[in-house]
Amino acid sequence: MSRKLLIEHAEVPGIASYETYRKHGGYASVEKALKTMSPDEVVEEVKKSGLRGRGGAGFPTGMKWSFLAKPEGVERHLVCNADESEPGTFKDRYLMEKLPHLLIEGMITSSYALGARRSYIYIRGEFMYVLRILEKAIAEAYANGMLGKNILGSGYDLDLVVTPGGGAYICGEETALLESLEGKRGNPRMKPPFPAVKGLWGNPTVVNNVESIAAVVPIVNEGGEAYAKIGIERSTGTKLISASGNLVRPGVYEIELGLSVEEFIYGDNYCRGIANGKKLKACIPGGSSVPILPHYLVTKTAAGTDRLMTYESLADGGFASGSMLGSGGFIVFDEDQCIVRNTWNFARFYAHESCGQCSPCREGTGWMEKVLYRLEHGMGTLEDISLLEEINKKIEGNTICPLGDAAAWPVAAAIRHFRDEFEWHVKSPQEAQTRNYGLIQAPLEA
Amino acid sequence: MIKVTIDDVEIEVAPGTTILNAARQAGGDLVPPAMCYYSKLPGTGGKCRTCLVEVAAGSTADPRPMPKLVASCSTPVMDGMIVKNKTSERVHNNRGGVVEFLLVNHPLDCPICDQAGECHLQDLGYEHGSAKTRYREERRTFSPIDIGNKIKLHMNRCILCYRCVAVANQLTDSRVHGVLHRGEHAEISTYIENAIDNDFSGNMIDVCPVGALTDKTFRFKSRVWFLKPYEAECACDKCSGKAVVWMFGNEIFRVTARKDKYGEVETIEDKTAWICNDCRFDKKDPSNWTLIGPRKIDRHSVISQGKYATKNDNNPKLLH
Repeated sequence: MSRKLLIEHAEVPGIASYETYRKHGGYASVEKALKTMSPDEVVEEVKKSGLRGRGGAGFPTGMKWSFLAKPEGVERHLVCNADESEPGTFKDRYLMEKLPHLLIEGMITSSYALGARRSYIYIRGEFMYVLRILEKAIAEAYANGMLGKNILGSGYDLDLVVTPGGGAYICGEETALLESLEGKRGNPRMKPPFPAVKGLWGNPTVVNNVESIAAVVPIVNEGGEAYAKIGIERSTGTKLISASGNLVRPGVYEIELGLSVEEFIYGDNYCRGIANGKKLKACIPGGSSVPILPHYLVTKTAAGTDRLMTYESLADGGFASGSMLGSGGFIVFDEDQCIVRNTWNFARFYAHESCGQCSPCREGTGWMEKVLYRLEHGMGTLEDISLLEEINKKIEGNTICPLGDAAAWPVAAAIRHFRDEFEWHVKSPQEAQTRNYGLIQAPLEA
Repeated sequence: MIKVTIDDVEIEVAPGTTILNAARQAGGDLVPPAMCYYSKLPGTGGKCRTCLVEVAAGSTADPRPMPKLVASCSTPVMDGMIVKNKTSERVHNNRGGVVEFLLVNHPLDCPICDQAGECHLQDLGYEHGSAKTRYREERRTFSPIDIGNKIKLHMNRCILCYRCVAVANQLTDSRVHGVLHRGEHAEISTYIENAIDNDFSGNMIDVCPVGALTDKTFRFKSRVWFLKPYEAECACDKCSGKAVVWMFGNEIFRVTARKDKYGEVETIEDKTAWICNDCRFDKKDPSNWTLIGPRKIDRHSVISQGKYATKNDNNPKLLH
């Protein structure tokens, strides 16, 4: 069983309240940072820790922080991206729901490091009940002098505001998030300028995922070097994985990076294998936008080495035979699941969530959805499969924000690894539909 | 001044210039097409993706190529940057893809569209489109609506360039229209059927790159290529009064602003010569105007005679 740095106390009764959280060592990082460290020293620790952004892109957090422009007399902001909308990912919700004070503690320490005096938590609109939990926790933090003026007598002031979004996937993209936070339509901005130079209300801004901000707490408490010792190479520390799909024990797990995928799926401490005695068919290791892996590439890489839960190992083989760690939304499919149907489902999601600003994404996602609908429902042709590949190539990389890539990759990977299944849907549509186990109609009697 | 090479042509431009504007300074065939960028309207650009170019070398200091194609309208040039537009196969392919996307939900009703002949999408379709569509699905459709008493909106033809939104934001006091919904369902509309009623709303028609916004005083009156454009002037207390009147015989069929070869309203005496609605919609009598002389239309356009004739002959793809 690996060490838990974030959610160790998640199931302690009453941990959402300030007193209980404090009793379990809470807010130690705020005391340590504000009383004994300079802001730059905190940034230095985070750099040393090798922490990489937990929202999906895996960009080193410390480096992101050091890019923040610091012009004289201009306010800076830290914005926490709690708009967790990636299908298959639910770690941030769990963390905020169980340990609201951990996020607030991370926000205070990180804001101090960045010199932000007003910080924001932008939370997904569907998480209304989590918003209330956070608001209650923030009120407690204010009442206990952790937020507001002159925190712990250090002379550092911080106001923390939590704002709900309207429930749009696109608002998880950092610049769309900032637009939405400013009260505008959530359309991603053109880059450059990057938020680190011109972000919220034109001020330099850092946008970080909930888990990245929470991870700052153990980094400050134990030191960046100690944190960097966990994990392998450039994948340091622990990561929350949201395991879902046909598993015996799905749920949120905190793992040390470097755990083998096999151990994670089949291990007794983790998911305990595939449910109902079925076999593994495929796995999406990092949320719906990363490429799907067929069963023979899940636990082993194409080169035959063990696949590990790290940024590098999951990406081993590039897009030909690898995937990405992404946001850690680990979705497992058993042998009964239809890849075509699943791909259509994802395509439908992206078509629905595209903001409609740039042409390739607006028209391309909708087009892919319609073609996949036809394939899934037995009205497709073999040309449709190559058409999908073509559309894919025309979307990928040509859009303003990464939503276009996120929509294109899963379709490309599904066709790459499961082309036979797509062809089967074209050649014997009747059989393909009835084998969808009652999703369209009841399965045939044996 | 910094040096940048676009399609083997070296030019010097001021720092901070975008690739597209640098290409426009060089002029000629190497200028990428732009459907959403409008140099007179700050904040536009980046959306249509037709101006994508390949950056083969980022700058002298960092000569690595950029991995993705970049939108030339919103990417600033760096010293020593090498850009490929016309000379890049990748750009050609992907621009074709973008045009295909733009046409996926486009009704292709050019024969009855007032914009035909001066439509940017039509030009792009000729240059990059294929003769047959691969789109088998039903197209998204909307009914045409009146936005204001002089402007008709055909949402079916719209490519969501957001230029008209920028006009309303920047030229008029209050904006009552914008984009509703998202993705494929996104549409330009007025909020709760408000009417657009202000002196400069007609400029939305001029900036629209396609036939989505049309002039109700001109709709279906004549094809643009049957009309003769004249530069004309009038005394107007609201705008510059410098316009182009489109005539047939002694009759004025429509009035537009003076547009340059990129379809943008010209700058006259350091001011963008937007025209007001009175000049555009109401002054249809020749006595209202002082004619200066014939206006030369030098824009890339389907109506520029002969421009596409040879291309069609050499392009078997278009002969089907």
